[in-house]
Amino acid sequence: MTEAPLLGALDMARFVARGFLRFDGVVPDEINAQFLTEVGQASDPVAGRKVIRAFGELLAGAAIPEAPAGVPLAGVYPQGSAVRRLLDLPLVKGAIQSLVGADPIFDHHFLHVTFPPAYHEAGGGENVSQHTHQDSTIDPAAGFDLQVMYYPHAVTRPMGGTRFIPGTHLRRVSEVALGRYQNIRGQQHMVCEAGTLLFLHNGLWHGGGVNLSDRTRTMFKIRMNPSQPQVGRFDVSTLPATPVPRPIFHVVTPQPESVEKILMTPEPWFEQDTGRLEFVNRIKLWRHLTGDLHYDADHWLTRLENPARAGFSA
Amino acid sequence: MTRQKVLVLYLANSALDAPVVAWAVYDGSDASRPMAGDNDDPPYRTGVDALKDGWRLIQAAQILPHERGAEFDLAYLKYEFFFEQLVQVAA
Repeated sequence: MTEAPLLGALDMARFVARGFLRFDGVVPDEINAQFLTEVGQASDPVAGRKVIRAFGELLAGAAIPEAPAGVPLAGVYPQGSAVRRLLDLPLVKGAIQSLVGADPIFDHHFLHVTFPPAYHEAGGGENVSQHTHQDSTIDPAAGFDLQVMYYPHAVTRPMGGTRFIPGTHLRRVSEVALGRYQNIRGQQHMVCEAGTLLFLHNGLWHGGGVNLSDRTRTMFKIRMNPSQPQVGRFDVSTLPATPVPRPIFHVVTPQPESVEKILMTPEPWFEQDTGRLEFVNRIKLWRHLTGDLHYDADHWLTRLENPARAGFSA
Repeated sequence: MTRQKVLVLYLANSALDAPVVAWAVYDGSDASRPMAGDNDDPPYRTGVDALKDGWRLIQAAQILPHERGAEFDLAYLKYEFFFEQLVQVAA
């Protein structure tokens, strides 16, 4: 066990297949309380004051550094601040290093606060959920950025929580162009205890849920870019020396948990034909992260790349 | 007077009797306010089940060929079906 334990191959495969890893209640209460003190509380609803204004006032008073994009993440948060202490937790450090390597680059951060009905009623606005979207813009890169979502207080179902759809991260879409999809089979809503972290692939489809409770909901998001190739950053000693091919289609015996089993597990929303392309794209991402350009699972790419099918050589 | 209510179903393949994988409802009658994430269970099992319940199909996604070199690229859900109902509202 190192000071910052790296992710093992199975957790890495889960991230590749589903686009997220969640760590429940891993941030100590003391850091959670410090963070909530640092960001402060929204003032009570005021008749005629729009939610956006209440939010702006909260942001203006929050002790969150205004940092430029593209600087080393290590220098963004002052020593002793809640976020610095969070990022220094061994589990967090190891998971970040496994996904985007050491010394990631700070992209941006944002304090997301979702207001309860009383604020919308006072301001005359509508209390609705956020449309489902993919962050930033169309991203054709082979690798990915990491988005860390931090929930400093417990989130109940009526508070809305972040809605996300596992397995959507490998689709190349344009931000909220997919906003038409209200509900997708398999969608999850973050209900969690205080101090929970959700690590997202930057491509994962998500949106903020509507807050129907009587208190504000707070989530802090940090996006970070790799500063070095993302190859072999996790605990590669947990990879099998040689993957053992599995029987496919005609399978009568239970298959053990393995990288292949994880990569080949579909999501409830998968279309019947493109679900197979999702498997192909997961295999490609696994190749990218392991540096094993011949890796395959369940013969999907071996079949297509069979040199004997390329015809006669000169 | 009438108002349009729209149901959008995304199916697992291009057949109308394929299972629903995603959905949306937009209600011009103002009787409800559907929104993202408001239901984890699909309103119908298949597109045909929506027809049986009185929804009128008004648009179906085309089945398009795959651009050479981009066969593995995935983006939006492919099998989109728009349905409508005309709802009576008070004048």
